[in-house]
Amino acid sequence: MVGIITYGVYIPRYRIKVEEIAKVWGANASDITGGLGVFEKSVPDLDEDTATIAVEAARNALLRRNIDPVKIGAVYVGSESHPYAVKPTACTVGEAIGSTPRMMAADFEFACKAGTAGIQTCMGLAKSNMIEYGFAIGSDVAQGAPSDALEYTAAAGGAAFLIGRQDPIARINHTCSFTTDTPDFWRREGQDYPRHGGRFTGDPGYFKHVEGASRLMLEELGKSAKDYDYAVFHQPNAKFPQKVAKTLGFSIDQIKPGLVVPRLGNTYSGSCMIGLAATLDIAKAGDRIFVCSFGSGAGSDAFDISVTDVIESADFNRASAPSVEFLLKNPVYIQYAQYAKHKGKIVMQE
Amino acid sequence: MSVARFWRKIPQRYNLIGTVCKTCGRHFFPPRSFCPDCRRSGEIVEYKFKGTGTVVTHTIIRTASDQFEDLTPYALAIIKLDEGPRITAQIVCTPEDVKIGMRVKGTFRRIAADGASGVIYYGTKYVPDE
Repeated sequence: MVGIITYGVYIPRYRIKVEEIAKVWGANASDITGGLGVFEKSVPDLDEDTATIAVEAARNALLRRNIDPVKIGAVYVGSESHPYAVKPTACTVGEAIGSTPRMMAADFEFACKAGTAGIQTCMGLAKSNMIEYGFAIGSDVAQGAPSDALEYTAAAGGAAFLIGRQDPIARINHTCSFTTDTPDFWRREGQDYPRHGGRFTGDPGYFKHVEGASRLMLEELGKSAKDYDYAVFHQPNAKFPQKVAKTLGFSIDQIKPGLVVPRLGNTYSGSCMIGLAATLDIAKAGDRIFVCSFGSGAGSDAFDISVTDVIESADFNRASAPSVEFLLKNPVYIQYAQYAKHKGKIVMQE
Repeated sequence: MSVARFWRKIPQRYNLIGTVCKTCGRHFFPPRSFCPDCRRSGEIVEYKFKGTGTVVTHTIIRTASDQFEDLTPYALAIIKLDEGPRITAQIVCTPEDVKIGMRVKGTFRRIAADGASGVIYYGTKYVPDE
């Protein structure tokens, strides 16, 4: 059975509070935090980007389990902020973890669900014996235009999941996707920031697709929300995942361990995957996890996951890489001017 | 830096690939193909450094060259890797927090870029490991 062999996360240490951004634009911070349920977001260091975050997440995954990197036959990096328009981030990651040259590689783009699309691709390759292991990585230094609603949540971070057949820490029992052509959020070629349809991103975008993929999964497996110990949904803010969880019958206790957005922000391709990693950080053998990502454009990938005994065995050492909780602790808070410099929002003289 | 010069050193920049003399156990970074101690009886093989070490000495750069001026002030240190060789590298933290004897570990970072349209140079910097 194909599943997760190991996983790792990386979150930059800088944070900016929602009040600090609101202060600059004359907005009411309590209205924003009350509406979004997000209080602060991560900010990349001056020398961090999607590639460095992806490498650190993948290296953290390899710290937890003794895997020969040469046996990693595929590296797929999902992001909407790849450092190059043409030159794959996946090649840099492959080189930095020692998996080159005999590996497949590509960069994926599907708004916030490109990383989970990578998991599905690696599942197919592993299941058909084309590879022994494959890395699926979701990593972003998310963009939000100054004063736009996205600026309050667009964050930086990433998660890497190594997919394979041999002794997974968590079996992926089933996956399915729900995809339509929905222009809820987009970024045209050459544009620095994405645009979105405001409230149109809710019902026709997030809720239609997350509910669509989730219901499809539950129907195909003949299961309901009560059959799961935990659930993780894409989290562009704290309100959407809580609302969709309630609609589908999941309780707040089931989604709480994976709901990282209030202290992290929306890490786009990393969002749902970091939520899954936070859940695996506390999961026990036998736990069943429901996962559903969302990417604007639009689509959702749902996964049914069973945690195995291997997660508690000597073959796997969770403590040898930082947990999501550890990475969220002790941040360095910065002001808007420093944030603008870190994000390259200040136009410099050539 | 030319693209070719960066590309040739990717194993060293990303993964600290050096060499070790199997005869005497001395490690080399950057890699050497000849052991100056064992000479003809030396046997040199490739070695991947662990990436951990100790700060030997450091300085704070406040006026940097064009490529690094956005990063100022930043700490630059001589680090003694656990296997022996010393390297010069940036420590990513509040510069005033860097101390002699401080334990550090490697982290993958963007080192520089050839302007807005040129190649991005990635490599290893260091972060506190205490």
